[in-house]
Amino acid sequence: MNDWEPAIGLEVHVQLATHSKIFSGTSTAFGAAPNTQANAVDLGLPGVLPVLNEAAVRMAVTFGLAIGAEVNRRSVFDRKNYFYPDLPKGYQISQFEHPIVGPGHLRITMEDGSARDIGITRAHLEEDAGKSVHDAIPGMTGVDLNRTGTPLLEVVSDPDLRTAEEAGAYFRTLHALVKALRICDGDLSQGSMRCDANVSVRKTGDEKLGERTEIKNINSFRFVELAVRHEIGRQIDILEAGGAIERETRQFDADEGVTRPMRTKEYSEDYRYFPDPDLLPVEVTDELIDSIRASMPELPEVRAGRYRDELALSAYDAGRLAADPDVADYFDAVYAVCGEAKLSANWILGELAASLNRDTLSIEDSPVPASQLGLLISRVADDTLSNSAASTVFATLWSAGEGDVDEIIAAQGLRQMNDSSALEQVVAEVLTNHPEQAAQFRDGKEKILGFLVGQVMKATQGKANPRQVNELLREALK
Amino acid sequence: MDKLNITHLAKLSQLALSDSERAHVEQDLAHIIDMVDHMASVDTNSVEPLAHPLDAVQRLRPDEVTEEVNRNRFQRGAPATEAGLYLVPRVIE
Amino acid sequence: MIFPGIRDIAAALDRGDYSVRELTEQCLSDARTANERLNCLITIADERALAQADAIDRARARGDTGTLAGVPLVHKDIYCTEGLPTTCASRMLANFTAPYSATVVERLDAAGMVTFAKANLDEFAMGSSNENSHFGAVANPWDTDRVPGGSSGGSAASVAAGLTPVATGTDTGGSIRQPASFCGISGIKPTYGRVSRYGMIAFASSLDQGGVLARDVEDLALVLGAMAGYDERDSTSSSHDDAWLEGVSHTGVGMPDRSLTIGLPLEYFEHHTGSVALVDAAKATLEAAGARFVDVSLPNTAAAIPAYYIIAGAEASTNLSRYDGVRFGYRCENTDSIEELYERSRSEAFGAEVKRRILTGTYALSVGYYDAYYLKAQKIRRLIQNDFLRAFESVDLLLTPTTPGVAFRRGELTGDPVAMYQQDVYTTPASLAGLPAMSLPCGMHERLPVGMQLIGPHFAERALLQAGALYQRETDWHSLTPDIGEHPSADSPVQKEES
Repeated sequence: MNDWEPAIGLEVHVQLATHSKIFSGTSTAFGAAPNTQANAVDLGLPGVLPVLNEAAVRMAVTFGLAIGAEVNRRSVFDRKNYFYPDLPKGYQISQFEHPIVGPGHLRITMEDGSARDIGITRAHLEEDAGKSVHDAIPGMTGVDLNRTGTPLLEVVSDPDLRTAEEAGAYFRTLHALVKALRICDGDLSQGSMRCDANVSVRKTGDEKLGERTEIKNINSFRFVELAVRHEIGRQIDILEAGGAIERETRQFDADEGVTRPMRTKEYSEDYRYFPDPDLLPVEVTDELIDSIRASMPELPEVRAGRYRDELALSAYDAGRLAADPDVADYFDAVYAVCGEAKLSANWILGELAASLNRDTLSIEDSPVPASQLGLLISRVADDTLSNSAASTVFATLWSAGEGDVDEIIAAQGLRQMNDSSALEQVVAEVLTNHPEQAAQFRDGKEKILGFLVGQVMKATQGKANPRQVNELLREALK
Repeated sequence: MDKLNITHLAKLSQLALSDSERAHVEQDLAHIIDMVDHMASVDTNSVEPLAHPLDAVQRLRPDEVTEEVNRNRFQRGAPATEAGLYLVPRVIE
Repeated sequence: MIFPGIRDIAAALDRGDYSVRELTEQCLSDARTANERLNCLITIADERALAQADAIDRARARGDTGTLAGVPLVHKDIYCTEGLPTTCASRMLANFTAPYSATVVERLDAAGMVTFAKANLDEFAMGSSNENSHFGAVANPWDTDRVPGGSSGGSAASVAAGLTPVATGTDTGGSIRQPASFCGISGIKPTYGRVSRYGMIAFASSLDQGGVLARDVEDLALVLGAMAGYDERDSTSSSHDDAWLEGVSHTGVGMPDRSLTIGLPLEYFEHHTGSVALVDAAKATLEAAGARFVDVSLPNTAAAIPAYYIIAGAEASTNLSRYDGVRFGYRCENTDSIEELYERSRSEAFGAEVKRRILTGTYALSVGYYDAYYLKAQKIRRLIQNDFLRAFESVDLLLTPTTPGVAFRRGELTGDPVAMYQQDVYTTPASLAGLPAMSLPCGMHERLPVGMQLIGPHFAERALLQAGALYQRETDWHSLTPDIGEHPSADSPVQKEES
């Protein structure tokens, strides 16, 4: 294995979060009935013409600035010609020779904390195709053109990635970036980001890349890793057996965990790109760049760095919070209330995440607002609440979808017993009632302390501070 | 100029040519190509290609949903539809 | 002259000589009769026309109308008309009705013009003789054995035969000017971008431009003024304002406000045909009216035809990919595979010339040929535009023949596409450069009309039209009409219905 070096490049199609399509005023909303979001332009009817959506251009420029790329002041839309039922005009409007975003880079951080800059060759605007439906009508293919004309930013990386893990990290980092920039909703299950992976291997030390294969349409972080890992292994096996890699398009079979060749087209691909005469060159002015730069949100990498350096969060927690701008915004709001970074991270990535997940809610729709979670964490930090009582308060807030932390504490009598004289009395009672266990502890059976703590907690209906109970018990048993 | 590959061109254009048609087309295209080959005599060194007669830039449309789609109206003239889908012979992917 | 000018029609309507409905009924009935001989119309739109006519009569009664209200109109059947078939003279669209109207159609509707028919054309506007129509060839009213020119042949024949005072056309490489010349009428192709292409079925997007055919320059201007102007639905539509053109219905075209300098490009006068002699005569007329003439050179003219056929073919080859039998239009029967559906639908529904252009264009764009053909043609396009820009540094307009010869016989050039393409030798350069150009009748040669072409700088429609008005003040060629037998006399365009 050491003899071979993989070179992986990803082409990621990012659906831009515009309201209307890239060349028409039709809605881009997902999930409408077939062909109810395809107007004359989207359907490619005779005589109609494309007009470019400003937001798509802004989003592309935003991305370009975020990856430190040269934004091309003049870019050109071309026609990519081929026939397919989900491509109504018989050509896709794309950018070939003059893309809107030139070379830039994306920094990926691996789990061990090592970081690498991955080159981005280019990013260009294009229109999405429709969908072919194969199972609706027996023996026929149905064509739904709702997705036609949804703006895409195709982000092409250099073949800089060396492992399947790096490929996965790149896709995740790109996902976090486009979400943070608010140019994509990042919903992989709805195809908002789709990835093609170009994979080749070469002898370590060779300058020239080996022949590559392209794995099409991978739509999850995990599948990118699995598909690339399998493809690297497959290519190495062939090469070690003295074979040669055939340039081809493959697809990933998630059930079997393997890549397979796709049905090849009968004729060689000749897309006959040329400038679309229905569209003029796109000009990006200084004013546009300045206005986008001025309203640029904090990038995930910067945000994670801030969480690590200023709030002393672990790299792992910082990365997870910063990966989703909505989560990070929520975290910022919680932290602003309680001032407890670590506790806030634990609650958000733990109990809140689990609850959101269970009820399939996004964080913007959380029944517990950041202000209340912040207050709850304050009450834990100041020993008003035990952890178990805090969980009770959280569950109450969650199911009610409203309410105030302090009112719930008062109404349910959840305030922790911090009065040591009252607690000392309970401890004394517990020891009196359980002389055997007390004796066992004194004989060195440390584990029995847990039982005694439990009895105190029970007697105080969970309001005692377990740490304090622990201390008092040890003192009393000396 | 290489020999015209009419079969390839027809395939790219999704046109089926009968044998007699093919012979005609081949001859016509050969004449047309002879005609356009006169372009080679024009010196175009360091000339910028002109894709568009007016020196203008693309106008941008505000990102607003302006279209209400009435599917029935668009599908009235469609050769084959069912359940709102345009139907074609089964495509194997 | 069967129809008086638009202003005369408006005056007659104002006087109550006849109603818009009566005028429209007359047009419909004349059209039906004449179409049997000329085949210049694909659709005669009784219902739409009469509904429009009645609406205009009511609006006229309220005094709520402009000059064009009630004036009959024929649209080239390449403009989408909601509620009426739009065929592009192709089997592909023989049963197509667009669920929208072209901007040009909307604007002329709004001006109150009454569309009573849609004119025949070469299939998808590809042709110079109107012989390439799924609905059959169009006859030239001056000699029905001859072609009317193309691709706006049906529009030109309709105007020449007196069926309508005005018709819309489109011009990609001469498709308004050449048929205007062959039919002895006036026709203008405006500056590229002046008229919206929205809803005008595309042939070659960077060249296509909508325009007008009519008897004289005044009528061209009136209709152009109503249909031109920026359209946000067409990215290539120009926002260049032209207050003069917008106001021309009030001011009239008028005469040039100064003495014109007109260039004669040497390259357009190299072949001494009968037509050239008549253009020389026109030069003398304009000189006598105060214009000054100078010789200029447009050295890349000879390369225009090849460059034009590459660029137009390339754009057409992909513009026509949407005709695939899936969402609208013709679909072949009994197909098992998508490839077969595409190939057979397209092959059965496209005519020979359309297929030739698609294949030529595909060739010019395909791997290995792009640089030698498509890119080379674009560079030549730049050189041709530069030739014109240089010439317009010293002249206001250019005067040339419109075509190398007069209308040819039907079938005369069939089977020789290259010879047919040479018809466009004088018209394609202005198309490539995006310049406004106009053909005006300037005489008769062997009993057939001859046209001359005036070409202006970008957006110089005013200078172009005023020069044309000057010429037509001095001459009568635009008033000559073919003898088409049993038509109503010139004096009474409409016979009042007796009731």
